[in-house]
Amino acid sequence: MPFVTASTQRGPYDVVIVGSGAGGGQTAYTLCMEGVRVLMLEAGREYTPARESPMFQTPDMAPLGDAGTPDKNKGFYDCTVDGGWDVPGEPYVSVPDKWGAHFTWWRARMLGGRTNHWGRISLRNGPYDFKPRSRDGLGFDWPISYDDVAPYYDKVEMLIGVYGGEKSLENTPAGPGDTLLPPPKPIVSDHLLMKYAPRFGIPVLPGRRAVLTRAQDHRTIPGKLHPGNLRAQKILAEAMRKRSPCLWATPCGRGCAVAANYQSTTVHLPPALETGNLDVITHAMVYEVTVGKDGKANGVRFVDATTGRHEHVSARIVVLGASACETARILLNSKSGPFPNGVGNSSGLVGRYVLDTVGSSVTGQIPLLESLPPLNEDAADGLQVYVPWWLYQQQLAHKLPFPRGYHIEYGGGKHMPSVGTFAGLEWLTGGSYGRKFKEDARRYYGSFINFDGRGAMVPNDDCYVEIDPKVKDRFGIPVLRFHWQWGDYEQRQAAHMQETFGEVIEAMGGRLQTPVVTDPVKAIAPGGYMIHEVGGTIMGADARSSVTNKWSQTWDVPNLFVADGGVFPYNADKNPTLTIMALAWRMSDHILDRMRRREI
Amino acid sequence: MTDRRTTIKLVIAAAAWMPALRALANYNDRLEPGASAPGPLRQFEPTMRGYGPDPDLITGYEKGAFWPLTLNAQQRQLAGSLSDLIIPADDHSPSASAVGVVDFIDEWISAPYPQQRQDRDIVLNGFAWLDAEAQHRSRRPFATLHEAQQREICDPVCDISRAAADLRVPAQFFAMYRNLTAAGFYTTLAGRKDLQYIGNVALTHFDGPPAELLRKLKLA
Repeated sequence: MPFVTASTQRGPYDVVIVGSGAGGGQTAYTLCMEGVRVLMLEAGREYTPARESPMFQTPDMAPLGDAGTPDKNKGFYDCTVDGGWDVPGEPYVSVPDKWGAHFTWWRARMLGGRTNHWGRISLRNGPYDFKPRSRDGLGFDWPISYDDVAPYYDKVEMLIGVYGGEKSLENTPAGPGDTLLPPPKPIVSDHLLMKYAPRFGIPVLPGRRAVLTRAQDHRTIPGKLHPGNLRAQKILAEAMRKRSPCLWATPCGRGCAVAANYQSTTVHLPPALETGNLDVITHAMVYEVTVGKDGKANGVRFVDATTGRHEHVSARIVVLGASACETARILLNSKSGPFPNGVGNSSGLVGRYVLDTVGSSVTGQIPLLESLPPLNEDAADGLQVYVPWWLYQQQLAHKLPFPRGYHIEYGGGKHMPSVGTFAGLEWLTGGSYGRKFKEDARRYYGSFINFDGRGAMVPNDDCYVEIDPKVKDRFGIPVLRFHWQWGDYEQRQAAHMQETFGEVIEAMGGRLQTPVVTDPVKAIAPGGYMIHEVGGTIMGADARSSVTNKWSQTWDVPNLFVADGGVFPYNADKNPTLTIMALAWRMSDHILDRMRRREI
Repeated sequence: MTDRRTTIKLVIAAAAWMPALRALANYNDRLEPGASAPGPLRQFEPTMRGYGPDPDLITGYEKGAFWPLTLNAQQRQLAGSLSDLIIPADDHSPSASAVGVVDFIDEWISAPYPQQRQDRDIVLNGFAWLDAEAQHRSRRPFATLHEAQQREICDPVCDISRAAADLRVPAQFFAMYRNLTAAGFYTTLAGRKDLQYIGNVALTHFDGPPAELLRKLKLA
């Protein structure tokens, strides 16, 4: 009976983990496979993709044709449960409340957290990304290097299943190659990019996403991931056999009933539960880490969202994986005599240096792609190819007005028509209606391409969270107040995205509905929009300048760890989830090591 | 992925129409004596709730499953007439109203969400403008006019970039109504067939485009 409540829990537990997403899921997996007794707390409800994923449903079966609403921000069929930009009863404050300084915070209240809906883009940080200050003097170096993390990227890729190419480029490591699944074949619009990008010196690589393009090798991978642990190998092999390869249809963000993509709920949690070592309490809204007289964490307090009761659970080790900002909130709210500013906060840096990803997009219409014959271009739901950052040497020579790069998430194709597919076509059709409009729809369908720039952010003092002195959520827990300001570097980078994308589209013979946005302030998406927030409990080389050490362990409390993106002292352009998992696995190995030596 | 982003862009774009809403409201004043004003609306409760943050995603829903449809018979006739002027039957597919687009639009403008509440005002005021124009020109409701007469009214407002200054508000209405009609039509099976969309089916492997097509496009 792995799903328990505060009254039916089967303690004592070795470890309590707060959160069930990428960080919490990976930690539970690694620890449970090695025999550690784990209790996981999730703020939302249980969620079962095999039963709840609306695969193959068409938009006409949904209210408002699957359009986004305040209830379901990314559309009716997006799998996010009880979440989005606003969670009912769980406000947050953003000051000053104005465009540009505003931060929007996407949350999910469900087992598996945001891993259920995420884009599944799985890029490795490169060597420069771990030592950015050493390279250009800005921000912070991580206390670890690419070589420290590379073995864990290998392991995570093999465990969750990531497709990608074997070719590495500067600061764009592919890994050893044998950890990856084959990438999907490019679609017509991808070939267009592959033809024109090289004319600008822009490289195009196979995409990298956590989708099974073929069945996982359940015969050899379990032995590589769990050498000498036959039980873990057997459990993992069985779990891998239960996952189906991609069906080449239906968007990943709806959830995958056949477990062909990575969700914590289909990949991390099933084998962890199978060990018998994992118990889960859902509807557990954690608000405090409790610390004993010995200065060690001894458990957490939470509100049971179904009863409103305050509960406490105990464990020898506490791991926070609640998401970067929620983890900072828990620490800051954990105030007591010895910790007047919150647990783990002797540096005063909890909540500081929150980072997001720079985002800017341009859409083009390509005459060459008009009126193509029928094609099934669903593929694996996008990113058959992508563009890694390519101007490292120009930046090193100070030839660009911004120090850090971006990658391009590129897309096109004849996707299932949505409510927005034929909106606002007047710039192409001259306002046609009647039979001509239907002809125009057939002509332009599938002729659009999209460039999404996703860029690195240098940490700055203006981006942080703190506890709001007045506002509380429906549980009575004080809420976060966000402070946000993009730096000049990020804004100039966004303008560079706009100019570059516009040039490439025009070279392709394409058209832009509106001119590219060259004003750096307007070119950048607002903070939080990319849903890549990290930092707030950053790792570093000493207790004065960071919250956590190179093992994601808080400097102040030796048995308190952070498993989510909070530990990132820098957010490279690479999407953070793969790195969150790699660091969580590395942290878990360290916990196992210390437990075996009876140090914790 | 692109499609969902486009959806959001549509919603954001529509939000920019707030000023149009107030201006469009003035068109009610142009209704001539005896002209058909919109009938009373039934069951429209502004405080009505939506489907909530955790609806059952597996069930298919009829239009009106979460909130009542609110257009009256006369408005539905006008809605269908305008939808079919925008998307008529042709050799490829049926007309918009034949595949349920009136219900789609009714559900849209009857929804309790802020965006749809704004769209509702624009659509209902746009209907009033159409009927007022029809009465003014032909002494008949818009829905009963011949296609040529309807086109005389709609041609000047079908492209907002070319619309006369005093027709900008009805042109904004027409653009939005075309968006809604296309949204309702191309999300149906008939719409997908019209576009020859052949995805959303499980495949054992994904082959990519035929080499011959790539050669023809000079992309091979």
